Amino acid sequence: MSRINSPAELEQFRKGILSKRDPNKPCIALCSGSACLASGSDQVAASLEEEIEKQGLSDQVEIRRTGCHGFCERGPITIIHPEETSYFQVEPEDVPEIISQTVKGKQVIERLLYVDPSTNEKIIHESEIPFYKNQERLVLGSNVSIDPKSIDDYVAIGGYSALAKVLSGMTSEQVLEEVKKSNLRGRGGGGFPTGIKWQGAAALPSHVEGSRNASGETKYVIVNADEGDPGAYMNRSTLEGNPHSVLEGLIIGAFAIGAQEGYIYVRQEYPLAVENVDIAIKQAEEYGFLGGNILGSGFDFNVQVHQGAGAFVSGESTALMTALEGKVGEPRPKYIRSNVKGLWGRPSVLNNVETWANVPLIINKGADWFTQFGTERSKGTKIFSLVGKVTNTGLVEVPMGTTLRDIIYKIGGGIPGGKRFKAVQTGGPSGGCIPEELLDLQVDFDELTRAGSMMGSGGMIVMDEDTCMVDVARYFIDFLTDESCGKCVPCREGLRQMHKILTNITVGKGREGDIELLEELSEVAIDASLCALGRTAPNPVLSTIRYFRDEYEAHIKEKRCPALSCKELISYYIDPTKCQACMICLRKCPVEAIDGAKSKIHIIDQEKCTKCGTCFEVCPSRFGAVIKISGEPVPSPIPEDARTIVRKSKKNE
Amino acid sequence: MSEILLQIDGKKVQAREEMTILEAAQSVGIFIPTLCHHEKLEPYGACRICIVEVTVGGRTRLVVSCVYLVEENLVVRTRSEKIDKIRKAILELLLAHAPDSPKLQDLAKEYGADKDRFEKEASFCIHCGLCVRYCAEVKKKNAVGFIDRGIRKEISFIPEIASKECWDCKECFPLCPTSALQAAYVLIEALAS
Repeated sequence: MSRINSPAELEQFRKGILSKRDPNKPCIALCSGSACLASGSDQVAASLEEEIEKQGLSDQVEIRRTGCHGFCERGPITIIHPEETSYFQVEPEDVPEIISQTVKGKQVIERLLYVDPSTNEKIIHESEIPFYKNQERLVLGSNVSIDPKSIDDYVAIGGYSALAKVLSGMTSEQVLEEVKKSNLRGRGGGGFPTGIKWQGAAALPSHVEGSRNASGETKYVIVNADEGDPGAYMNRSTLEGNPHSVLEGLIIGAFAIGAQEGYIYVRQEYPLAVENVDIAIKQAEEYGFLGGNILGSGFDFNVQVHQGAGAFVSGESTALMTALEGKVGEPRPKYIRSNVKGLWGRPSVLNNVETWANVPLIINKGADWFTQFGTERSKGTKIFSLVGKVTNTGLVEVPMGTTLRDIIYKIGGGIPGGKRFKAVQTGGPSGGCIPEELLDLQVDFDELTRAGSMMGSGGMIVMDEDTCMVDVARYFIDFLTDESCGKCVPCREGLRQMHKILTNITVGKGREGDIELLEELSEVAIDASLCALGRTAPNPVLSTIRYFRDEYEAHIKEKRCPALSCKELISYYIDPTKCQACMICLRKCPVEAIDGAKSKIHIIDQEKCTKCGTCFEVCPSRFGAVIKISGEPVPSPIPEDARTIVRKSKKNE
Repeated sequence: MSEILLQIDGKKVQAREEMTILEAAQSVGIFIPTLCHHEKLEPYGACRICIVEVTVGGRTRLVVSCVYLVEENLVVRTRSEKIDKIRKAILELLLAHAPDSPKLQDLAKEYGADKDRFEKEASFCIHCGLCVRYCAEVKKKNAVGFIDRGIRKEISFIPEIASKECWDCKECFPLCPTSALQAAYVLIEALAS
């Protein structure tokens, strides 16, 4: 492939690719994002290749290994073009049938279709499934149409046309104006207006090799792909599934602020993202979208990938820059913005993966198009990673302002197992828990903050009635005590004490005044911590106190866990009126704590019981004899002579 | 060098550009407590005890005075209910580790901090980083450093360097605000292992 030397040549090249592609040729798109790989996408791909060859279709059928489709609960996902027949949870054994029936015979295999649980209707096309129908997939949508390792696939769907538009006549001021007008706000969580951040760096003179501006400063653009929130993977899937969209945004940003060097800071724990972005950079260099004289415009820009060493705090922008400089990833104590003094003391614009991926869309379709999505102060869409106690886990992209209820029920399909919704935790480990009465909250940067949580980078963990909110707070604070850099006192020591207090409460050692002490330590961490990690770390504690104070009080005053979840505060008990002496729990108990025999009512020895919950799980639901109790003493065992069960069949004899 | 005029605790203060609020305050004899600050070392901003309130352009916020640079017309308050509350909490959190530190005890008296508020976890080190930074920035030896992060973070001597450099230096010992023996103890531990 030779370099593309001008925007016109790029258009020519795009036409060339499209003319060689037959839209009616069967193509099997197989999701190969990390989640689908974990559920066996590689094996399905191998069987597809084998079967296509076996049936002599090698030159008639294409396989496209795409990035994440988002509906990870039902992966691996396979879409057969041109009909776009969508199959879910495909296994290698299904492949011969798919090839002979669907690809060759144009027949739909009913059992592989998605069944709408509310109507029992089988759905053929992905776009008609409720999970997808209620989304607006501006950023993630292209994942399904491209092989992330193929730059031609990206070019075929219009890739790099935004860059071409910029370089064929827009000034950097015009680019800046468009981004400012779009009101795009940082998707990493801060929600800072992207255009204003760029402008701060653009306003300073640039150092451009060999030009009159040589006296100006070297500037940097940086992609923050250090996504470390438990359960969140939206940046991962964007980088894995459509790396060129992020690169294109980055190149445009570099042009706007006058940077010639860029970095992609990506977690080492994301090997596929690293691989795909490395390939993308190499391809973009070959095509002339990166390097010297990009598209013949005279603009030079190079990108390097830096792999993070696995510290959550390095996602904080100044810590990330310190880590890029080769030092320990600790936030800087400075009060000067990074767009003035950032990486190596130079003006640096750092944006999240998702922010960068929005840029080509804004340039191509215009700020007016972009601002039609979203709320007054938060425009566009946001990708959420919807996980936890929700039927359809996966990646969800919706316009800002969509209600939590729509996300969790319409898209997420509600809570599985007939359980009741309790709370949703948004914004990663330092986000807050939002209760049922706020389900109609319209999700955007400001509304979430008002509710005591935050947007963060888009984590959304759904919790049901079995979740103890004190334990949730303890879990997140535990995570943060590990992941704090440990530099400043309010964060390191404040979190240490908060963790101790929360642990004590969950094991029944809570004391009067603990809630107030947690509030005081939270206030100090918010007011005095060095970086955003410490300043937001109290959110899980404060939001659970705000909405679930009664649970804290039950733990402290009554030594009772209302969710029946805190091990130290619950006991398992077999209701003698319900026990059928079936021996199932007795046999399964790993510590032999259950006494009984056939036709002899079972009793749990509370001294031996380790509260593993096995008896509770295995007791047949038609009996429901094993129960959990909390905050009250375990009833004393029934007398020996009352334990024998006389079976009906025997009675009739 | 241009002069900057600001106000600290109602007092007009003339400062040089590039001075921190702490330096400006010290230049006119206004005391702001510090634990991780040292005039020979780069500002670190870790202990947060030098926190003050600044008002600029009508907006008031909390900043640490050892890092924040002076600005024209800046209004600084070094004591307030909020500031004292934060300092008291910081002292109580640190006293759980180093209850016998005279420096912490003196400040505790001033801010009414209760040294027994939190359960003792006597590791002595309060992570001010004075030994680590002095060794790196002044002595340029890096014989002592921080290891791990979060609540497991601790100082540690690097035996290969310490065995050569430390015996004739020990300049970090008196810097330790909790106990000079702390550094010595960790040093011996490192060399013995």
